[in-house]
Amino acid sequence: MSIAAAIAHNRFGYGLRPDEKPTGSPKRFLLEQLERFDPSPPAISAQPKTYQLAQSYDEFLRQGKKEKEARKPLGQQANIKQAGQSEIMDGRKMARRTLRDHYTEAGNARLLTAVRSDTDFPERLVHFWSNHFAVSAEKPVVNTFAGDYEFRAIRPHIMGKFSELLRAAVTHHAMLFYLDQVQSVGPDSPLARQVKERRGRKFGLNENLAREVLELHSLGVRTGYTQADVTELARGLTGFTVAGFANGPARRFVPETAKGGDTVFLDAIHQPGTRQLLGKSYTQTGRAQVEAMLSDLSVHPATAKHIATKLARHFVSDTPPASLITKLEKSFLETGGDLPSIYRALVESEECWPKLWEPAWAKFKSPWDWTISSFRALNMKELPQNTNVAMTMRQMGHPVWQPESPAGFPDNMAQWAGGAALLRRFEIAQRIARMNRERADARILAPQLLPGVLSAHTAESIARAESPMQGLSLLLISPEFLRR
Amino acid sequence: MLNRRYILAGGLSAFALGGFVPQVSFAAAATNRHFIFLLQRGAADGLATVAPTGDPDFLRARGDLAAEAMQGTKLDDFFALHPKMTGAAALFASREASFVHAVASSTRDRSHFDAQNLIESGGLKPYARKDGWMNRLLTLLPNGQNKAIAIAPSLPLILRGNAGASSYEPSRSAGPDDDFTHRVSALYAEDTQLSNLWEDAVRTGMMAGKPDTNERGEAASAKMVAGLMQGPDAARIVMLDSNGWDTHSSQSARLGNMLSRTDRFVTALKTEMGSDWQKCLVIIATEFGRTVAFNGTKGTDHGTASAAMLFGGNLQHPGKVIADWPGLNATSLYEGRDLKATMRFDHMISDALAHHFTLDPVLTRRTLFPDLI
Repeated sequence: MSIAAAIAHNRFGYGLRPDEKPTGSPKRFLLEQLERFDPSPPAISAQPKTYQLAQSYDEFLRQGKKEKEARKPLGQQANIKQAGQSEIMDGRKMARRTLRDHYTEAGNARLLTAVRSDTDFPERLVHFWSNHFAVSAEKPVVNTFAGDYEFRAIRPHIMGKFSELLRAAVTHHAMLFYLDQVQSVGPDSPLARQVKERRGRKFGLNENLAREVLELHSLGVRTGYTQADVTELARGLTGFTVAGFANGPARRFVPETAKGGDTVFLDAIHQPGTRQLLGKSYTQTGRAQVEAMLSDLSVHPATAKHIATKLARHFVSDTPPASLITKLEKSFLETGGDLPSIYRALVESEECWPKLWEPAWAKFKSPWDWTISSFRALNMKELPQNTNVAMTMRQMGHPVWQPESPAGFPDNMAQWAGGAALLRRFEIAQRIARMNRERADARILAPQLLPGVLSAHTAESIARAESPMQGLSLLLISPEFLRR
Repeated sequence: MLNRRYILAGGLSAFALGGFVPQVSFAAAATNRHFIFLLQRGAADGLATVAPTGDPDFLRARGDLAAEAMQGTKLDDFFALHPKMTGAAALFASREASFVHAVASSTRDRSHFDAQNLIESGGLKPYARKDGWMNRLLTLLPNGQNKAIAIAPSLPLILRGNAGASSYEPSRSAGPDDDFTHRVSALYAEDTQLSNLWEDAVRTGMMAGKPDTNERGEAASAKMVAGLMQGPDAARIVMLDSNGWDTHSSQSARLGNMLSRTDRFVTALKTEMGSDWQKCLVIIATEFGRTVAFNGTKGTDHGTASAAMLFGGNLQHPGKVIADWPGLNATSLYEGRDLKATMRFDHMISDALAHHFTLDPVLTRRTLFPDLI
């Protein structure tokens, strides 16, 4: 049997569900999904609006201040509860719980969308881009807005031009918070000058976001840009901040029409002057300047190569063939970074369709990949009771929207195939199997989910299991199911 | 502070031997030595950790924010240790700590990823080497005393390579039963990659024992590391990571928290290792330093040289800060903004390890950092 259907469903998508029939025309099956993708399916459109999340975060900060005030007369170590101020602690706790719930529910919506979707190839692309433009929920404020980031900056833009996606990601408030842009102020901006004269306070530049835009989001590391380019882009980016969370005296410049959490561009904190980036001058003023800089970066040949390499690595192999990278790069440059054209070039490339199923040519599933495909394998379209997706992902070393660095989670086997990580996966496989032991027979499911791929050895191991539950566990951790 | 001549003397004697590689090292390797490497990922600010409070330019550059450093423990007439590191200060006083300053790897592009890659691979160019220097160290140690474990869900680059090493991360659950373990081994019989991983996971899981679910944080990590290092078949080499050092904003509070956690870990580790502490070397280092001046958001941006910390009962330079101080005035800074590197990371590592394991310095350097010469 051909393995093309397994590649289409399991490698490009998030895995076959028992209610799906393996496709007879794998390429068309994938290309059609690009047309049908819904950026805002029900589970996601039901999520809170940006300003509502901002209100929750604001409340959390407000409660924090209240607690601090209450502590002041009591001393740092004092027990507020004993001092008869327990309602203050409760307020703080409630606010914190609300934030945690936002994060948990956004993660659940993300998982359920991928599990229920019949356009799981684009769903995978969403998660690919969200990891490319990574923010990390490690920062409390990013934790609140991480879902909003993926739902509003990534999802609506994965079927347009790369320039649009780059602009949306870089200027979304979660990114501005994560990479410290919120506080960056042009040292010679009107506001910085005014405040300096009056109070001697210093405001200045933070180059964190600028560096990552060049190194991670667009050109890629060591592609010829210099420290001077980083600083110039950082100067260009000054002006961006978040309504409701702007730096002290900058607040009064935020337009009244802006809702909390909206990204705004304030000329008052923008570093004036012409910018030089990669040898080109940008004479524009205000926001137009940085938009022009980002736009040029988005179609730069180094960006094309960087994106082509990452896509090839994600969809084909940890060490993708150079010929495939070249094809994607060419498509990127010819279409000015038109993403659907690049996806189509990917699907049409012969390098994506090997004839044999070899572990060395497959991708080892990340814990996220594996969890989604396990849920799909067992047709679990609702979250089982007492399931905490966020916790489960954390245990497997792949916490939702929480990579350790702005580079996102690495996309290779060495990252995920540790002994300890494998043990964790087995524990979770057993839990999933326990929930579904009455609902599914692994002996029937295995050939259905792994068409043309299931080995006789694995089929036999499953058949010999001591119980239906153990059979399901073995299916989920079989060499064929651990890979895509 | 030791001057440049002092450091070069040690370094030069190693180089002076030229092409001659003595063959005595295996027999000479000291037995039962332990080595723990903790990588501070994210670029820790060495200038705030081991602050050059004797340098007037430091006070000038950091202004009010240098005030905190002035509260730290005086290490000598030039450097002060961050005030949160009281445990480390006590170890320094009892000659169980030393610090190395203005140290950096060979990359200068201020990228976390490139620099961490070099710190781990021990190569000269990012991504050029696929194995790590801690793995190559294992080849210099006698059999039975070269077991290495990374506390991580999967093996980090620093321990990847031809010599065997494994990774371990504690779990709170009971783990698979014997029957399941056996069936999985059979399931992976035809898949070398997975069967190796599986055997390794099962073996390490058994050794570390079940974690005490009431313990968390630094004390628990120290206990776990000590547990993995004690007993006949125990690990001698352990690698750990710590994240959260990339202090672009509000540095004072964030760095203070990170340093006090590090301090608790080292203090607890000494207690947990008991008498074996005398045979222990702990090196704590980061991929690069941070800018001398603070940025506009009370933080620091990516810089060049930083500081490293060494702890243990058998140090080469106990109770000393080793630095060939480059100075912090405008003309001495690297690219006008960073502490210049005057000590190579790879030299620091190989010298410390050669001393600790009584290995030949030239052989150690060549084995750990083969691209160097």
